[in-house]
Amino acid sequence: MWDAFVAVFARDVLQAWRRRADWLTSIFFFVIVVSLFPLGVGPEPALLRTMAPGVVWVAALLAAMLSLPRVFGSDFADGTLEQLVLTPHPLTVLVLAKMLAHWLLSGVPLALIAPVLGLQFGLEGGPVGVLFAALLLGTPCLSLIGGVGAALTLGVRGSGVLIALLVLPLYVPVLIFGAGAVEATVAGTGAAGHLSLLAAGLLIAIVLAPWAIAAALRIALE
Amino acid sequence: MALNWFKYSSPQTFYPLAGRLIPVFAVLAAVLGAVGLYIGFFVAPTDFQQGEAYRIIFIHVPAAWMSMFIYLVMAAWAALGLILNTRLSSMMATALAPTGAVMTFLALWTGSLWGKPMWGTWWAWDARMTSELILLFLYIGFMALQASIDDPRRADKAGAILALVGAVNVPIIYFSVKWWNTLHQGASISVGRSPSMASTMLLGMLVMALAYWMYSIAATLMRVRSIILERERNAQWVRDLAGAPA
Amino acid sequence: MSWGSLDEFLAMGGYATYVWGSYIVSAVVLAMEVVLLKRRHRTLRAGAGRSSQQTDNLA
Repeated sequence: MWDAFVAVFARDVLQAWRRRADWLTSIFFFVIVVSLFPLGVGPEPALLRTMAPGVVWVAALLAAMLSLPRVFGSDFADGTLEQLVLTPHPLTVLVLAKMLAHWLLSGVPLALIAPVLGLQFGLEGGPVGVLFAALLLGTPCLSLIGGVGAALTLGVRGSGVLIALLVLPLYVPVLIFGAGAVEATVAGTGAAGHLSLLAAGLLIAIVLAPWAIAAALRIALE
Repeated sequence: MALNWFKYSSPQTFYPLAGRLIPVFAVLAAVLGAVGLYIGFFVAPTDFQQGEAYRIIFIHVPAAWMSMFIYLVMAAWAALGLILNTRLSSMMATALAPTGAVMTFLALWTGSLWGKPMWGTWWAWDARMTSELILLFLYIGFMALQASIDDPRRADKAGAILALVGAVNVPIIYFSVKWWNTLHQGASISVGRSPSMASTMLLGMLVMALAYWMYSIAATLMRVRSIILERERNAQWVRDLAGAPA
Repeated sequence: MSWGSLDEFLAMGGYATYVWGSYIVSAVVLAMEVVLLKRRHRTLRAGAGRSSQQTDNLA
């Protein structure tokens, strides 16, 4: 089971490496969206500082979503997914491996770039660190919840926009606690509560999301 | 009850049963609605704080209750359809969603019209209104997903998973929005209800809530009948309906 | 009863826009739902007798 997990994970990462342009697009998308906001609302430093956590997080939600159709899409098209479902290993474990790969390729880069963007928006060192930590905790939630949407819309017409419609409302708690953690640090009340709630959300997502994704994949392949 | 249940769990037997039940619920909805409106407008006194504007409560609170309740019922039917593989349960879930979305819209609309004279703003990012808005998005997502899948069986199952994921998420969303709201207390307005509500006000609200219940059941049954006809249009019994009166 | 006259009732203590705006929109929306449901059902019943090839485009 562990071997299967590692094999699926390694395969997804390797494939993504071969098609790295795909993944880089969503990361650049993230940077561009965040950079557009000062142009839209003006360069007032105080305003930018209060907006920074929300802007970075909303951009992260959108960027995480851009890469979702690819998670199962190419495997569905070339029949790999069908074989994964037919293997004797539990599908939930394989799904978890795929989501881990997705997070590594789409979530972690966002968390790594976000501090730079935070500095551009005039955040201090402490809040930037919290922004990084919150993104590191929150983006796996985005991958897992998004995976449910991606699996449900497999092979469905207009699936790209549909994923947004299904998944964005479910992202609300992650957005609130993630952006809230940074805001709380700026306000000086400490981010421990927010971060532990994000971690709790992540645990719930790790336990429940693979089941939902596996069930959705089986339905898509019927 | 259990016996009836299995007897009527096939679309073919449920279709005429629903046809007989619809008038019952429709009449109940009309009568209860008339009584509730009478109590609301002619028996319940003027609120000493809010004046006559509070009378929106008689349609706002029932719509808000129904919007949340229908989502849970929808998720329950969807789960039943997924687990027991009964077609009718899934059709019920599909039939409930538009009525739930209508209720959510009405709760938002009346809440906004109530908020303007009371708090001086059409929209406040208050915990309840924000959760209600997200609930509307969840309904729209459910309907959009089902509408874009051509195979009805797959649409049922995919919708069921989405409804279940949504049902797990609804309390988390509500909690997170409430938490977010208390942290931004300065920007928000506390939406308190007056501590002592006259008993006639409460009675009017409850009667109206019952009327909305009956309406929702009638509307859902009407929709489920249409869904049955669409899905079973190639079945012999549906073709036999052609000559019969509706 | 708290209303002296019909005008007073319609004025809703100065909140007419809000109260009637809520009630009328609610009534219209619910009525529309029922009308649309009835029409949908009637169309389906009318097409029920036809063969499957003809009715395929109804869905």
